[in-house]
Amino acid sequence: MAAEILAEGVCYRYSQAPDMALKDVDLRIRKGEFVAIIGPNGSGKSTLAKLFNGLFVPTKGKVTVDGLDTRDRDNVWKIRQKAGMVFQNPDNQIVATVVEEDVAFGPENLGVPPEEIRRRVDEALEIVELKDFAQKPPHLLSGGQKQRVAIAGIIAMRPDYIIMDEPTAMLDPVGRKEVINTVKRLNREEGKTIVLITHFMEEAVEADRVIVMSEGYVIMEGSPREIFSKVDKLKAIGLDIPQVTELAHRLRGRGLTIRNDVLTIDEMVECLCPLL
Amino acid sequence: MREITIGQYIPGNSVIHRLDPRTKILITFAFMVLLFVIDDFAGYAFPLIFILVASLLSRISIKYMVRGLRPLVIIILLTFVLNLFMIKGRVIYEIGPFSITYEGLYQGTFMVLRLVLLIVGTSLLTLTTSPITLTDGIESLLKPFSKVGVPAHELAMMMTIALRFIPTLMEETDKIMKAQMARGADFSSGNIVKRAQNMVPLLVPLFISAFRRADDLAMAMESRCYRGGENRTRMKTLKMTHEDIFAFVATGFLAAGCLASRFLW
Repeated sequence: MAAEILAEGVCYRYSQAPDMALKDVDLRIRKGEFVAIIGPNGSGKSTLAKLFNGLFVPTKGKVTVDGLDTRDRDNVWKIRQKAGMVFQNPDNQIVATVVEEDVAFGPENLGVPPEEIRRRVDEALEIVELKDFAQKPPHLLSGGQKQRVAIAGIIAMRPDYIIMDEPTAMLDPVGRKEVINTVKRLNREEGKTIVLITHFMEEAVEADRVIVMSEGYVIMEGSPREIFSKVDKLKAIGLDIPQVTELAHRLRGRGLTIRNDVLTIDEMVECLCPLL
Repeated sequence: MREITIGQYIPGNSVIHRLDPRTKILITFAFMVLLFVIDDFAGYAFPLIFILVASLLSRISIKYMVRGLRPLVIIILLTFVLNLFMIKGRVIYEIGPFSITYEGLYQGTFMVLRLVLLIVGTSLLTLTTSPITLTDGIESLLKPFSKVGVPAHELAMMMTIALRFIPTLMEETDKIMKAQMARGADFSSGNIVKRAQNMVPLLVPLFISAFRRADDLAMAMESRCYRGGENRTRMKTLKMTHEDIFAFVATGFLAAGCLASRFLW
């Protein structure tokens, strides 16, 4: 059985919509990877996320998670356990009135025995660093903390893949940092496969691989360095590029000899120092 | 707005707080029934002592108990006055066409005492049990009836979600109100009809947002494998301890006392 999420020739049309939201998408997400999906509004990236855990079923083509076809309704719960999903609005995905009860919600649905749930909840709260908030009502938490509760709720289901649909879009810069650090840790320390949908380019830079979508198509795929060096192409479809990359691009335009794949401030410093 | 409390639960760790919610619900129910068994003043000694001991054990100040009575003062007074004037018997005092009778006075006081005990008894339940624990208790008690079509789990889930979203929607109301006030909306002047009309620009966005939230939440619950109450386990299972048994025994004595006062004396 293949340990991967595989999309083959996937098309998806919303009911009553005239056009396909996704057109002939082929993708492979390997276990252990950290993949970022970027694209302008309406490019189909959220739709794609919902196809990965069986919330949507492809109109054409197929999606398999570890070899399980999402079109087969018997697989649906297994797939959702394997591929957990974190949504944009933290308020709208927390079910319970106490943090630890909410984290327990997923495992409870899976029919896990009580002592095992307790163990998983403690462990999940440890991973997202919210141990001290276990007994708090979620509405007293900050946005970043709430989103980490939502992530803990997914971790407690022990998924291999975690799909995040713009988890930082509604957060302030502090909350955004909290969540992204948690995501990175999940990938590097817990070995979870991450699919991060985002429109913050600084977040996409952290990934192993970036997928660019536009108007329902996957138009580019590659390492952050490869992708962000194509500044003009990204700008043409209405995407931003990381600030430092933009700066490097402009400096090159002014005749400075600078690499075109600068992604972080440290790299920028390295490039600029010899020029001084 | 952020610190609203739901219900009148007062957190604590007393014996009464620790009791299983099912125990408390059942005992409160028994207590209410027993109040109606009693038919003379002497009988009230039992529930009075019972409630007094329970209140002392709960360490909740009398202040909160009395607060529970406040909204019902009118009903209590009305009960008293109606009984006072309506019951025929030996007249003790006459005001114009109305007469106060000995029987009326007796019956009025009797009814008021019953009402007060009823209210204090039930508020002791809600004061010492958090809404969420109460919900768990109700779900567990209704479970045997789910075979005859009582949607026990669904009711409990609805209660939980309602409790979860009350603060969120309050916050949202506050936000919309401020946004509309910044645009010149007026929520505080005019007569009742005018004020109700002014609520429309508040309620429409609130409802739209609530429906959107419901849609989001449903999707989030589904992707966390929620499929109703079947095969679902709970992290915290309700467990009865020796304290619960003790509470039931105490209630047994209360029942014995009340029944004896009615049928033996």
